[in-house]
Amino acid sequence: MMAGSIQTDDVRELYRDLILDHARHPRHFGKLGHVTHTAEGINPLCGDKLRLYLDVDANETITDAAFEGSGCAISVASASLLTDSVIGLRASEAMTFFDAVTAQLAGSDSLEGGEVELGKLRALAGVRDFPTRVKCATLAWHALKSALRLDKAPASTE
Amino acid sequence: MTHASPITEAQSVVAACRADFPALDQDVSGHRLVYLDSAASAQQPSVVIDAIAYYERHDHANVHRGVHTLSHRATDAYEGARETLRAFINAASTSEVVFTSGTTESINLVAQSFCRPKLGPGDKILITHLEHHANIVPWQLVCEQTGAELLVAPINDRGEVELEALYALMDETVRLLAIAHVSNALGTIIPIKEITAEAHAREIPVLVDGAQGVPHMPVDVQDLDCDFYAFSGHKMFGPTGTGVLYGKEALLEAMPPYKGGGDMILEVSFSGTTFNELPYKFEAGTPNISGVVGFGAAAKYLEDLGMHNVEAWEHELSQYMTAQLSAVEGIRLIGTAAHKAGVQSFLLGDIHPHDLGTILDHQGVAIRTGHHCAMPVMEFFGVPGTARASLALYNNFDDIDRLVAALGKAREIFA
Repeated sequence: MMAGSIQTDDVRELYRDLILDHARHPRHFGKLGHVTHTAEGINPLCGDKLRLYLDVDANETITDAAFEGSGCAISVASASLLTDSVIGLRASEAMTFFDAVTAQLAGSDSLEGGEVELGKLRALAGVRDFPTRVKCATLAWHALKSALRLDKAPASTE
Repeated sequence: MTHASPITEAQSVVAACRADFPALDQDVSGHRLVYLDSAASAQQPSVVIDAIAYYERHDHANVHRGVHTLSHRATDAYEGARETLRAFINAASTSEVVFTSGTTESINLVAQSFCRPKLGPGDKILITHLEHHANIVPWQLVCEQTGAELLVAPINDRGEVELEALYALMDETVRLLAIAHVSNALGTIIPIKEITAEAHAREIPVLVDGAQGVPHMPVDVQDLDCDFYAFSGHKMFGPTGTGVLYGKEALLEAMPPYKGGGDMILEVSFSGTTFNELPYKFEAGTPNISGVVGFGAAAKYLEDLGMHNVEAWEHELSQYMTAQLSAVEGIRLIGTAAHKAGVQSFLLGDIHPHDLGTILDHQGVAIRTGHHCAMPVMEFFGVPGTARASLALYNNFDDIDRLVAALGKAREIFA
């Protein structure tokens, strides 16, 4: 039967408690009353689809963020962590988070002690050992980039 | 966990063939590989891999062209594979066996060459709700091109085609019925022979998408009496990029070429071209010769095992898989037809199929997750996608036990 469960720990690196918590109880899930920026993210590989809403004020500060849609635990948790992290940031700061998170997921270590304090977003680091799942984790971030650029077309992971 | 039925001698012949598939002999994530994704693409036995390598090393040249020895050998190998595949599906003649790049191209060939010239507004193409995208989109395209309409026959909540509703849609405006032999997402085996008889009684020709049929059961196109039967090499243990369109000779004869180029002509001048005879009329350009050689080797391998034996063995496995999966707490089986091949879609609790796929992969168990190129089926069952375990002749009871154990781990992680 089973040849042991040594690999289960690796999978737990992906499905850390924080990730599972955000997947089950996504923060800022739903629509916003006032939306200045929005974009859709689509992962054609698995059909994950989410929409990100931002409320950005005259000082270019993200005063509120929310998302809705459906997806796997990784994409939902990543979107939840994103909304938690970008509220209160200036749009340009949020973009440095985009760069930091996508670099982290691409396997770059530059962020670990870099200029950006990733905080709980570090929980996404486990995804980089699962190449087929990196796109799940970056989906919401591509939507963020797309929303802040006021792109019309949905963000795609492809 | 043990299986219930005694294994017959014939079945044990098939069960012993696992060792013929070198790709299965490896560890993934520190566990012996359990390959349950054959409905997406099946593994190849050594005889297929070796046939391709031998051809490339010794016999390769272009076919139907040269007078030299290698061209002659290449032509013999290519045409030999055609004869093997003719026998495999019991077509009346090799003229009826057209090589294509796969099921998708076979269906597109029929849509564009057989249907398009005769379709117009008021005409209809009939399909069912459980079709793979490859048996939906080519018909949507030809309907757009001609103004014809696409009709969709319903399925029930077990994933079976509603036959009475299907027959009720077969009126005098329907120009073709295109239907799967086995549903790739649900595993449903469609009663093609019965449906073909009903369609022919109304003078409607029938195309069968046999991609999931040929790897799992004996297929006799003359007995089924279908007009076209499309299938792929890589689902039946051959290489990718190979496929067959079987068509009744009289129909193929009347159809215009689908693509233009070399090999499909007898004589070309700037005032006009005389097309080659069947099946070469539909095989423009240098074909995938080595792929077809491997495809033929795969059909020969299956013939030697005996498709009745393969069918019986997979039936045992399939029954066991359904029983074992049904007992998993929190599972929802999708596709519970009375007549099913070894394909089972399912959901486990509220775990997204993509997460299940990753957790299983890390226990060495390969399954497919997602919409399985059958988004209308997913919509019917109200799910974005499913996890799908699909069997082939090289699977065994232990594979299914490993699947069930791996699902237990997934439940633990998502507890």
